[in-house]
Amino acid sequence: MAPLLEVIGLSKSFPGVKALDGVDLRVEAGEVHALMGENGAGKSTLIKALTGVFPRDAGETRLEGKTIAPSCRAEAEAMGISTVYQEVNLIPHLSVAENICLGRQPTWMGVVRWRAIAQRARAALARLDLSLDVNRQLSLYSIAVQQMVAIARALDISAKLLILDEPTSSLDRTEVEELFKKVRMLRERGLGIIFITHFLEQVYEISDRITVLRNGCRVGCFPTKDLPRIELVSHMIGKAVQQVEALERKRASTATIRSDSPTLEARGLGKKGSVHPFDLDIRPGEVVGLAGLLGSGRTETARLLFGVDRPDEGTIRINDRVVKFHSPRAAIRNRIALTPEDRKAAGIIPSLTVRENIILALQASRLSWRRLSLGEQEKLADRFIQALDIKTPSREQVVQNLSGGNQQKVLLARWLATEPKLFILDEPTRGIDVGAKAEIEKLIQSLRQNGLAVLFISSELEEVVRQSQRVVVLRDRKKIDELTEGEISEEAIMHSIATRT
Amino acid sequence: MIDWVSDLLFWLVFGVVLFSLRGKRIFWTVGALGLLLLFNQFFTPGFFHIQVLGGHLYGSRLDVLNQGAKVMLLSLGMVLVIATGGVDLSVGAVMAIAAAVSSRLLVTEHQPPGIAIAVALLISILAGAWNGLLVAGFGIQPIVATLVLMVAGRGIAQLITEGQIINFLDPTMVYLGNGHLFGLPFTLTLVLAMLLLTYLMVRGTALGLFIESVGDNDEASRYAGINAKQVKLLVYTFSGFCAGLAGLVACSNIRSADANNIGLYLELDAILAVVIGGTSLSGGRFYLVGAVIGGLFIQTLTTTFYARNVSSDISPVPKALVIIAVCLFQAEAFRKRFGQLFLPIWEVLKPIRTRFHLSPAERHDTPRP
Repeated sequence: MAPLLEVIGLSKSFPGVKALDGVDLRVEAGEVHALMGENGAGKSTLIKALTGVFPRDAGETRLEGKTIAPSCRAEAEAMGISTVYQEVNLIPHLSVAENICLGRQPTWMGVVRWRAIAQRARAALARLDLSLDVNRQLSLYSIAVQQMVAIARALDISAKLLILDEPTSSLDRTEVEELFKKVRMLRERGLGIIFITHFLEQVYEISDRITVLRNGCRVGCFPTKDLPRIELVSHMIGKAVQQVEALERKRASTATIRSDSPTLEARGLGKKGSVHPFDLDIRPGEVVGLAGLLGSGRTETARLLFGVDRPDEGTIRINDRVVKFHSPRAAIRNRIALTPEDRKAAGIIPSLTVRENIILALQASRLSWRRLSLGEQEKLADRFIQALDIKTPSREQVVQNLSGGNQQKVLLARWLATEPKLFILDEPTRGIDVGAKAEIEKLIQSLRQNGLAVLFISSELEEVVRQSQRVVVLRDRKKIDELTEGEISEEAIMHSIATRT
Repeated sequence: MIDWVSDLLFWLVFGVVLFSLRGKRIFWTVGALGLLLLFNQFFTPGFFHIQVLGGHLYGSRLDVLNQGAKVMLLSLGMVLVIATGGVDLSVGAVMAIAAAVSSRLLVTEHQPPGIAIAVALLISILAGAWNGLLVAGFGIQPIVATLVLMVAGRGIAQLITEGQIINFLDPTMVYLGNGHLFGLPFTLTLVLAMLLLTYLMVRGTALGLFIESVGDNDEASRYAGINAKQVKLLVYTFSGFCAGLAGLVACSNIRSADANNIGLYLELDAILAVVIGGTSLSGGRFYLVGAVIGGLFIQTLTTTFYARNVSSDISPVPKALVIIAVCLFQAEAFRKRFGQLFLPIWEVLKPIRTRFHLSPAERHDTPRP
């Protein structure tokens, strides 16, 4: 029997880049097929070429043995290929029902039949064993539920193949469980599912087979149970297994803390409705990890320290001087830097160039009429593009054309250019690939060795454990524990979240 | 004879300028202006005629420069406001206020022209700052915030002139909109000076970068330490200043302050000029010179209709059509689609092209084997 989906020799070039080079892919009905690869390996391009978002240069796609060539998403959906994208592509101000039926509303003589819409939405949700108030505004539900609604929308049309592009990147553990339950259910019903993620554990948890891409080429397709993790990673980054092992084993070395007087000292800092008052010291040459579940107040803590939100109690001392931050500007003047959790909304300036994005914070910290000359700007940009290995055709490339990992590096460069004393990194490795992740981790350690104080926020405990000399544990917007060198382990953190009061 | 030579020279210079701009965003703006002028060269008798009277140059093209000064001045302020993601609807009303203030001081209060001009500009700056305060300080939507002054501004101007049309004959004030410098209209010098000043202000400092950054991503700019409020306050204030200058030129043109009609609907022309100049209404990247050329284009269009005796009642219709065409051609996607329409002709010409080696180079996006 022909496989559900068969892609043969798919190629796609963009000016100057060969994004896909003769890629093959076979997905059977009733399997979860993981698509793995670093950022820029061609995963998204493959999906987009598959669903007709942009035309392919060469290659063939067969669905159930029949050759197809959809020219847009709607056409692909009509054929039975539905996609749920990384960012939830729904309209927050419309109701759940409207979101599910948008673009295919049942009408009667041009008049929308609202009752039919609600019914259809309920049926679509029922297929996922969900019952929501379909007339409620979508934005009132959590991101996880919104994700489910997006899947329900995708399944509303009789889908044969469901593509999930990074569906779990903004979900917490229990929400991921919930999602996987639904995915397994769909698999049992005979759907083919293509699953794209950066989380290795999740791949092993849910997928049956893995296709690995690297630099636009297919490395291979492996049954998940026959592929050890370490080999998967080595396929993805194209390095031998031994090298990867060395990378993974490397654990932050200890005791480079240079002095005992903290770079930043927060006492009883808090804001109503945001974070309960907490104490926090960060010393030069130290990485302090901030661990906790999603919504435990990690980002809020960072926002208070950086002056994005104003605290309503407590003090911050920097170099034994009490400071008050009314805006990020004031924090920057005290040599604090922050890369925000939401790179797209609060990080990059999308249509400016790599150079402009890199020099922005440094320029903003100077007076605006003391403009960095073009020569200085170019030198600075080139230095960081090289130092952080930012993959961009030129420094004048518009930053939105870069991949996620490279955008993150541009942001890091922007702040390194200001030579900060304290660097707050809020989820610096979210949504970026293994290779870039390792580079960023290496960078953090080298910063620490140079005497910077780092506050490291991540929802991946493993990463926090590997990076930090001290870990502050948050739960329910409250600091509940502080683990020091020697006590830090994933178990200890989880134990602390589970039991501490 | 002289006309013939000067026309040729004009087109030579224009062609060189246009050629040097290929690949740039404002190529399409300048190109559109060129097409319009070319149309006039052949079909509007006398449009290219230039006369020398008492050492000063006169002609349709100089009328365009002189009459277009108002929109060009406005567009300098408007382009910065639009780059921050806003819009300033009040510039027409601010023009009326500036005209009213200066004429009243000059005629009713018998003040010297220097004082009248200075006070008028100061009040325009305050009007702009008021807009900036509403937008940056109170976070009101720019379109609503500036609508306040757009509506109220004419009332204020009426109050200042006490409902009268004030006529004046003061030589300094008259010179502003009608005088000549180096044989050319003084307004041309004024516009060029303002363009230079604005350019130095935004590109000589980092202000331009901050404006683009704020317009592109307000929140991220705040995180990067840019004082977005200050930037916005500044651009609206500057827009007020530009409107004040344009208002002085406008009342000087007609030697009187008519609060009801000075600058009427010019805010729309200014916004159009900015868009024709290649700046997106959603903010971000802006094109200063493009905006000024956009203003020139609009005035050329208006003057063309005058010269061809198109009634001013119906001229907005063809004007709208031309502007839609210009805006469409700036979009690359549209140019591609449009080009495909002519593909059959291109194919028919294939034998000729190969014969004369005119075939274009291989397309870069074809897959390599």
